[in-house]
Amino acid sequence: MLDRTHRLRRAGTTAAVAIAAVTLASCGDSTGPNNKQNALRPAGKYARQILNLTEPFFWIAVVIGLAVVSATFYVALRFREKPGEERAPKQVHGNTALEISWTVIPAVILAVMAVPTVATIFSLAKKPTGHVVNVTVTARQWWWQFHYDDPGNGVETANELHIPVGVPVSLTLQGPPACSPTPCYANGVIHSFWVPALNGKKDVVPGRKQFLKLEADKPGTYLGQCAEYCGLSHANMRMRVIAESQADYDAWVKSQQVATRSEAALERGVDAQQWGCATCHSFKPGTAGAVAPNLSHLADRTAFAGDIYLVNFDNLWRWVYDAPSRKPMGNLEQHMPNFSAAGMTQAEAQKIACFLLTNTATNPSPPPECAGK
Amino acid sequence: MTTVEDATTLVQVPEKRIRILERPRATTGPWSWVTTVDHKKIAIMYGTLALCFFIVGGIEALFIRLQLAQPNGTILSAARYNEFFTMHGTTMVFLLGMPIAAAFGNYLMPLMIGARDVAFPRLNMLGFWVFAFGGLFLYSSFALGGAPDGGWFGYAPLTSTPLAAGYLPGRGADFWCVGLIMLGIGSVATAVNFLVTILNMRAPGMTLMRMPVFVWMILVIAFLTLFAMPPVTAALIMVFMDRNFHTNFFNAAAGGDPLMYQNLFWIFGHPEVYILILPGMGIVSEILPVFSRKPLFGYSIVVFSGIAIGFLGWGVWAHHMFASGLGPVAVSAFGLSTMLIAIPTGVKIFNWLATVWGGAVRLRTPMLFALGFIAQFTIGGLSGVMHSIVPSDTQQTDTYFVVAHFHYVLFGGLVFAVFGGFYYWWPKFFGRMLNEKMGKLNFWLMVIGFNLTFFPMHFLGFEGQPRRTYTYPSGMGWDTLNLLATIGAFIIATSVLVFIVNVIYTARRGERASSDPWDARTLEWSTSSPPPEYNFAVVPVVTSLDDFWHRKYTEDDEGHLVKLPAGGADEAETLPVSFDPHSIHMPSPSYWPLIFAMCLPILGYGFVFKNWWLLGAGVVVGFFGLQGWAIEPSAEPEHSGTEAH
Repeated sequence: MLDRTHRLRRAGTTAAVAIAAVTLASCGDSTGPNNKQNALRPAGKYARQILNLTEPFFWIAVVIGLAVVSATFYVALRFREKPGEERAPKQVHGNTALEISWTVIPAVILAVMAVPTVATIFSLAKKPTGHVVNVTVTARQWWWQFHYDDPGNGVETANELHIPVGVPVSLTLQGPPACSPTPCYANGVIHSFWVPALNGKKDVVPGRKQFLKLEADKPGTYLGQCAEYCGLSHANMRMRVIAESQADYDAWVKSQQVATRSEAALERGVDAQQWGCATCHSFKPGTAGAVAPNLSHLADRTAFAGDIYLVNFDNLWRWVYDAPSRKPMGNLEQHMPNFSAAGMTQAEAQKIACFLLTNTATNPSPPPECAGK
Repeated sequence: MTTVEDATTLVQVPEKRIRILERPRATTGPWSWVTTVDHKKIAIMYGTLALCFFIVGGIEALFIRLQLAQPNGTILSAARYNEFFTMHGTTMVFLLGMPIAAAFGNYLMPLMIGARDVAFPRLNMLGFWVFAFGGLFLYSSFALGGAPDGGWFGYAPLTSTPLAAGYLPGRGADFWCVGLIMLGIGSVATAVNFLVTILNMRAPGMTLMRMPVFVWMILVIAFLTLFAMPPVTAALIMVFMDRNFHTNFFNAAAGGDPLMYQNLFWIFGHPEVYILILPGMGIVSEILPVFSRKPLFGYSIVVFSGIAIGFLGWGVWAHHMFASGLGPVAVSAFGLSTMLIAIPTGVKIFNWLATVWGGAVRLRTPMLFALGFIAQFTIGGLSGVMHSIVPSDTQQTDTYFVVAHFHYVLFGGLVFAVFGGFYYWWPKFFGRMLNEKMGKLNFWLMVIGFNLTFFPMHFLGFEGQPRRTYTYPSGMGWDTLNLLATIGAFIIATSVLVFIVNVIYTARRGERASSDPWDARTLEWSTSSPPPEYNFAVVPVVTSLDDFWHRKYTEDDEGHLVKLPAGGADEAETLPVSFDPHSIHMPSPSYWPLIFAMCLPILGYGFVFKNWWLLGAGVVVGFFGLQGWAIEPSAEPEHSGTEAH
């Protein structure tokens, strides 16, 4: 049988090896779940630039960490006083050479770290030039409003950002416009725009216009979400970026510029009209709703309500019927109301859902439930 | 000293005495605790209440972890979740971290410097009661219109916009502002008291560079508290005014600046981090030498590193704002200053390891916690250095990576140090040794639970999980790590339960402690366990660093430890025969700081509910309390008759 010291020492070694193994297994390039929201799986040059900067220092940190943790185990076990033993250890009060060296060595490591860090900071802060897509992002409580600023584009959408592959996208992040007359509140709080696979995050601060750039180098969907606590439904303020080839992107822009049947249909869509959807929403391409997402192409999007519900009949009518029960809104001054409390029936809500599915899509394919509605 | 004698004569005229100005006399029973000005009793009250809040904050954390154990959790509503994470953070920072430093500082600092009490005993009492009322005031919000739910750093304009806008559902932010301002008053009172005590009341020969590291760290945090509280108090007043009186400090639409709040908060908030961790470093610096039977390696560099951390702590606040859009120059500067602070921190870690190196290491429970501190704090420090790489930080900030980072510093660091401190000083506090077997169980459960909870969070952060989200969808690949973290949290809870059982067991059947059960180095071990009210029968005269140790041991020519023949004599044995404890002047108990402290929650409720009657009542109580405090006699005549000035 091993004696206590041996067992302890072996436990120490095992622990150190286990920590190392877990660390090694979980790091490196393209690691972690492929959840489309993973900073370890960059999909564009800015996110990759960050990961490339992080990685070497991460490994230095792992080595130093393992060294200190092992040293802690080592000194504890190596110098442990056995029961009954009375040692008279040498009284060392300090050692100037040692202390200077462990002041200077970390300083040198940090100085080495500082150079690429500062270089990367400035590189990421530089605005892209040449062929650039410009988008204004307005962070709302609790959804994302996207407006394409380039001449000839002007698309207005929500929660779902389409970008061309290999082209830098320059984002202007802002809070909602001030409302009037005061006192009124435009739901303007700090949010943070974060799509980990495409870049780090940048806060959206009311009263400021902030800059962030994205770039994807292969087609795909990349997820993101608000990263600065912004109240009740902070967790429900998600978004997706759809990167596609230049041709697909151009086609998408074109499709979004064309009015769907929604605006005209609104005139006839008695239910939608009666409940005043257009008071807050807009059904006209390129035009922002007063306070709520543009719905002209709602049915072209994958998801809605801060990218938390897929666009389908069931989700839509339940949302129209009683939105606050599907996404906590508290007593926010402006939010999608509970229409059921105002007398809307489920049948009416379903009719409105069908109205949206039929009239806000470029190529409508309403579900069977909508037949005859 | 004629003036003092005159004053005594004056109050001794019986017919002139006002009854309500008599000082309380109870020395036992609950009333003696309520009116006490004894730094040790105040410390025990601080510690007990802080531990209660630790348990409450821990229960909130368990609910948070239950909610996140799986995707789309339904244990808590969004509103409740937001209240719980806000109150968890607020509790652990303001109701555990700061008061536990006041507890250890209060009990130990006067003993360690050979003083009989702190400089201002009644101010000390005030500090405690303000903390108690402030904490209860904050928690009363759960029953009175909603608990704080804006996060522990309460960013404006989320918190500062009037209730009518509904950005946050309830009155929580009002309670939060007023509660934190209140707690700040208590903290500043205690800080001033500690500063004056350390600078003025050291025993003869106790020069600054002979003070234990723990006292040094208390001195540094007292300075930090004194200067950090004003900016946050200003920020909180502005938030409260924006919310309630339609000012526009942080309202961008009216020209206000939300980022100003962040600057004001973090210029408090970062020194605050060091206010929380430095006492832990102090505790560890006391435990390691005792259980290695070696002096602290490089005492002076450890002290100066602590001071350096204190100074540099003022120049790094914007590293909490790397994603706020400060511009490349500002974030570069703050990135570099943040790297800089790693140097003194690293020095401390290496010096601690060198202290243990070559020692006769006794792996008792306090030592285990101290060693756990070194390993875990190092991991937290390294992830902190990663934040200084600004572009990396823009991926890590506001994610679970940050949650992992600061829990490694504040739980793996501070809480481990505090538990080590409990096991180490319990015999001094209560005269009984905490049970060693339960202590080891407590330690190992806590190590396993802590690492299981927080290590996976590093990965969750990288993999895209933001903090402060009450729910996450399935299919993100975060399920397993979150479940592990939840299991770990319950293991931590079990370890705390073991500690509570240990405390109860020890109170009933614990082994009685001698005055110096660990063969320790500092002055608090030279007096009985627990110490008498007056701490030292004879004020010690100090001739060196670790003076008490050098009364017991010396070194031979090669530097090895040699026991002195008469070493370790108890103070009691060397007392002069004629010693009469009544001859020592100790401050009398008082009601007035308690009465004055009562005005704060009354005013607080008055402000939160805009109730003029309460505000008026608060002002009256406050004046009454201050007035009584000012004109209260220095001692009861019965007492002062036998007093030797």
